[in-house]
Amino acid sequence: MTDVKTYLREWAMPHVLCPGCAHGIVMRGFLEAINQLQLDQDKVAVVAGIGCSSRIVGYIDFCTLHGTHGRAPAFATGLKLARPDLHVMVITGDGDGLAIGGNHLIHAARRNIDMTVMLLNNSIYGMTGGQAAPTTPAGAVASTTPAGNTEPNFDACKLMIGAGASYVARVLAANPIEMSKVIADGVRHPGFSFIEIVSDCPEYYGRYNKVGGGAEMLTWMARRDAGVAVPLSEKRFVEHVPSSAVPPGMVTGVLERDIRPVFTGVRKQDQS
Amino acid sequence: MSGARLVQGNEACARGALAAGCNFYGGYPITPSSEIAEHMVRMLPDAGGVFVQMEDEIASLAAVIGASLAGSKAMTATSGPGFSLMQEHIGFAVMAEVPCVIVDVMRGGPSTGLPTSPSQGDVMQARWGTHGDHPAIVLAPSSVGEVFDLTVRAFNLAERFRTPVILLYDEVIGHTRESVQLPEKVEIVDRVRPDVAPADFLPKAADATGVPPLPAFGDGYRFHVTGLSHDERGFPTDDGHVAGALLERIHGKVSAHEDEITSADMFMLDDADVAFFAYGIVGRSAREAVLRCREAGIKVGLIRPTTLWPFPSRQVAEAAAQVDRVIVAEMNLGQMIGEVERATAGRAEVVGHMRADGEPITPSELVGVVSAGGGGH
Repeated sequence: MTDVKTYLREWAMPHVLCPGCAHGIVMRGFLEAINQLQLDQDKVAVVAGIGCSSRIVGYIDFCTLHGTHGRAPAFATGLKLARPDLHVMVITGDGDGLAIGGNHLIHAARRNIDMTVMLLNNSIYGMTGGQAAPTTPAGAVASTTPAGNTEPNFDACKLMIGAGASYVARVLAANPIEMSKVIADGVRHPGFSFIEIVSDCPEYYGRYNKVGGGAEMLTWMARRDAGVAVPLSEKRFVEHVPSSAVPPGMVTGVLERDIRPVFTGVRKQDQS
Repeated sequence: MSGARLVQGNEACARGALAAGCNFYGGYPITPSSEIAEHMVRMLPDAGGVFVQMEDEIASLAAVIGASLAGSKAMTATSGPGFSLMQEHIGFAVMAEVPCVIVDVMRGGPSTGLPTSPSQGDVMQARWGTHGDHPAIVLAPSSVGEVFDLTVRAFNLAERFRTPVILLYDEVIGHTRESVQLPEKVEIVDRVRPDVAPADFLPKAADATGVPPLPAFGDGYRFHVTGLSHDERGFPTDDGHVAGALLERIHGKVSAHEDEITSADMFMLDDADVAFFAYGIVGRSAREAVLRCREAGIKVGLIRPTTLWPFPSRQVAEAAAQVDRVIVAEMNLGQMIGEVERATAGRAEVVGHMRADGEPITPSELVGVVSAGGGGH
């Protein structure tokens, strides 16, 4: 195995992430997955949008495209169709991927284009200062919901299953080893794979909702008795990872896995 | 040369793109540009290219930019409402310096406007539609044959200057069929690739040309692309000196080559007392009006820019020194006339003849303007 530091742009450090933010754990977990897969470093392209999680692509030594807010799956679609030999991945956040970029995400899933989307869900807009996101739980405090959020939140995995994603999983930043395994599994999956990675934002979500700093938030997330894991649908449910306890109502593990035709664009099909 | 055949403007655009080496099309349906996509999907696969219909115009240009970074020559086509949505990524392509071609077949606006009628209402949006300071290269053909030629030129300029290039024409040109002889071979310009080892590659370091070499993703050069202000390593910075220098270089690579980029058809101006300034389909009407005025013994000429941006200021200034009056005719309520006034700088009287009712300006209408000794407004 290679030292994961091989995949870092150490010259670009220090990174912009706050102390206690689990996005750094996710970056490490992602690089461990690339390492497990032993992918050709020159053939990995990682596309991101705008937000805290999207800044990760600045520090990883692949071909990296830091695009516009929410549009990463669309940039990645052009990239993959033009260069099918590339391993195309997307790093996005919950605001980036589910609010402004929701349309691009569901259509990339529907097409079943061969790419892996990692959505880092910290339940809030961090980069802009803690505003409510489509993932902010009802009742939670954000800078734009000072009296508590009155909107219901998206379940990203249910949304992606509904949109036709052929691989859907949820993992916790608090379980980095499992996270790496699932990311590697998703990258190996032929077609569109979506992995929601439950991360944290101690700086805003933690502070506004008085749930502690990074360590407390991750510990709470990883508690084995934190909640009952309810499968989204018994019929769809493929592989639950029972070892990971989860926040209430959050099922972790691989939630959908199906082999379907992969979209490669309208092109001459007899090319080898 | 192939034989002459009846070709629609939008088909000529697709054929020009293929001749120029376009091998990626990403788009979203919209009247009156959809025929471009419909021709591309039939022709691109056999030419070794890829077609994708995206979920909207924002995604279309994003996919085009992604494909271009993967080494493709990529384009999209749209009309006003979609062009509005594309402004975000036109700015990204300027900042990240990604070659690509955007076609806007203009229809009546604002908003949904007149979907099947011509307009020239997007000429200022093409210049200033995306936020921030940025250069623009915008080409404006007047005929089916010129749509082909300028589509080729749009790709070549995009590759040469690592920038988005906009091809702007109206619904009439898009849907007109003319008998044209399209060349089979055209001059093709390819982007400059780096000639240094990957370890020595600085993605945004430019030589005196102002245009940094651009490798494709997957070719061994691992680099970062961002819409944030960035340094020569391509990495984000908030250092004002670096950010300012980047913008000046991005501007300079176009402004320093204005003579190479700008072009205008200068018709019968040598002895003219009056000049039309008209582009696109109005340029066709104005040319006919010039001939009719000449038959009546009135010395009229025509400035017909084929690049709207950068604006052909030198050509306009030279013509203004010759004539007494410049009549600006355009299918909007007065957009390019301000530029004409600026370039004319008082050397000649500038009057406008505008309409924005979805009807093309006719030759007899323009003859009438000359005879009346003024402009419509």
